[in-house]
Amino acid sequence: MRDPLSKTIVGIEPSGIRKFFDVVSEMPDAISLGVGEPDFDTPWRVRDEAIYSLEQGRTFYTSNSGLKELKEEISNYLERKYGLSYDPYSEIFVTVGGSEAIDVGLRTMLDPGDEVLIPEPSYVSYKPCAILTGGVPVPIPLRAENEFRLTGAELLEHITDRTKILILPFPNNPTGAIMERHNLEEIVDIVIEHDLFVMTDEIYAELTYGDAGHVSIASFPGMKERTIYINGFSKAFAMTGWRLGYACGPRAIIEQMLKIHQYAIMCAPTTSQYAAVEALRSCDDDVQAMREEYDDRRRYLIHRLREMGMDCFEPFGAFYAFPSIQGFGMSSEEFAERLLREKKVAVVPGTAFGDCGEGFIRISYAYSLESLKTALDRIEEFVKSL
Amino acid sequence: MREKILHYIEKNARIDLKDLAVMLETDEAAVLNELEAMESEHIICGYNSLIDWDRAGIEKVMAMIEVRVTPQRGMGFDKVASRIYNYPEVRSVYLISGGFDFMVILEGKTLREVAEFVSNKLSTLESVLSTKTNFILKKYKDYGTIMVEQPTDERMKVSL
Repeated sequence: MRDPLSKTIVGIEPSGIRKFFDVVSEMPDAISLGVGEPDFDTPWRVRDEAIYSLEQGRTFYTSNSGLKELKEEISNYLERKYGLSYDPYSEIFVTVGGSEAIDVGLRTMLDPGDEVLIPEPSYVSYKPCAILTGGVPVPIPLRAENEFRLTGAELLEHITDRTKILILPFPNNPTGAIMERHNLEEIVDIVIEHDLFVMTDEIYAELTYGDAGHVSIASFPGMKERTIYINGFSKAFAMTGWRLGYACGPRAIIEQMLKIHQYAIMCAPTTSQYAAVEALRSCDDDVQAMREEYDDRRRYLIHRLREMGMDCFEPFGAFYAFPSIQGFGMSSEEFAERLLREKKVAVVPGTAFGDCGEGFIRISYAYSLESLKTALDRIEEFVKSL
Repeated sequence: MREKILHYIEKNARIDLKDLAVMLETDEAAVLNELEAMESEHIICGYNSLIDWDRAGIEKVMAMIEVRVTPQRGMGFDKVASRIYNYPEVRSVYLISGGFDFMVILEGKTLREVAEFVSNKLSTLESVLSTKTNFILKKYKDYGTIMVEQPTDERMKVSL
């Protein structure tokens, strides 16, 4: 029999920490600070709207690009929150989570051999998606001393003649890093000068803390035409399981992305789309309340980590802290595995998010204060025992 | 800071003040001062527990009584209210807009106890015109907390 498998897909490494995940799943009594999704329930009014849409029998396909009223609400929302201006009918389409937008965006823009710059540590899907489309992922290792922000110098160092796209995953999973306006200014100049495109994954935009507020690279003059803007409902509205996101960009790119979406996906889930309309129309207060609560937990977490002698920069985004464990003389994976076996607390080794995550662990604060406290007490015991 | 403190202790009066201080970027003494000040200003009127008596296996009967009254000259409703709220078995008294005047929430050990209170104490008050007693059969949610189900974390233990 011939090999049924594509060489490309076989060539993609399975996530290196699958083994670790398996161990976690075999320990039902372990407590976890390892999740990448909100602990809040989707606001009830959103769920109620979904139920209502089902009662009404709204169970058919929507248009490929999504419900008209949803695209209009997305357009309003982006304008209102981030000063972005996208035409709802030609520059926005609704995807199955931000993940689909990443995949489709890269497939739309990359030819074989084109290089994609991926700041790391970062979410795990950019690299395989780039490879699947024949692109060449080029990691840019970010540094703790820069609070894991991307600097102009780091960007310049990795640009070649083949570089086409820069991925900007901020606020960042796993580090919690953000890019403030002055950080982005530097990047914008280089991107324009080198005629690059940007895929900005702003799924955590609503979860930005401190006074600066979230700034989108797409809002800079000259950037909208060279940016694919990705966002979604998972993190801001606590809607991970609804699988709903969106991509925005110049008409010419969106049109082509829609072709892939149309053939591969058809349309995003209809029920989720109706729910999302309600989320955008009436959940600003819920989002605000969740953000404030994350922010309080964030301060608590960082305080505790520093108190127990773990070195951690202050993260201003998402719901993660990314402390260094370099002082304990073991690898991230060893640390995570021993913490799990000895104290039954699950965290994610930094290496799950790229090689330069070595020496760090990701701790999520998408947990109630009580759970956070119990887990941190155990981490403290563990750290003191080393 | 006050609003934040109130926000937290309304949901959890037993929150560790040290933790609360960290979250509010201040110190424990400042939180404590603020709490004591609010207690003396009667902003914080008490610290109660939310108890599911059914689960505890302890029998209690609770009723919401709609009361219509004649307000007293010069005193309005307040005088009548004080005649009612001073009974220890009365948990709450609210002045209500709409078809009646007071909503009185009453707690007793037995149905008879509640009935007797209504017929002997409440109805006999001079200014009370009528009462309508509604017994609570099941508490689904009280003070913002859902009583009938316990929250569970159904998320996968680890996700990226």
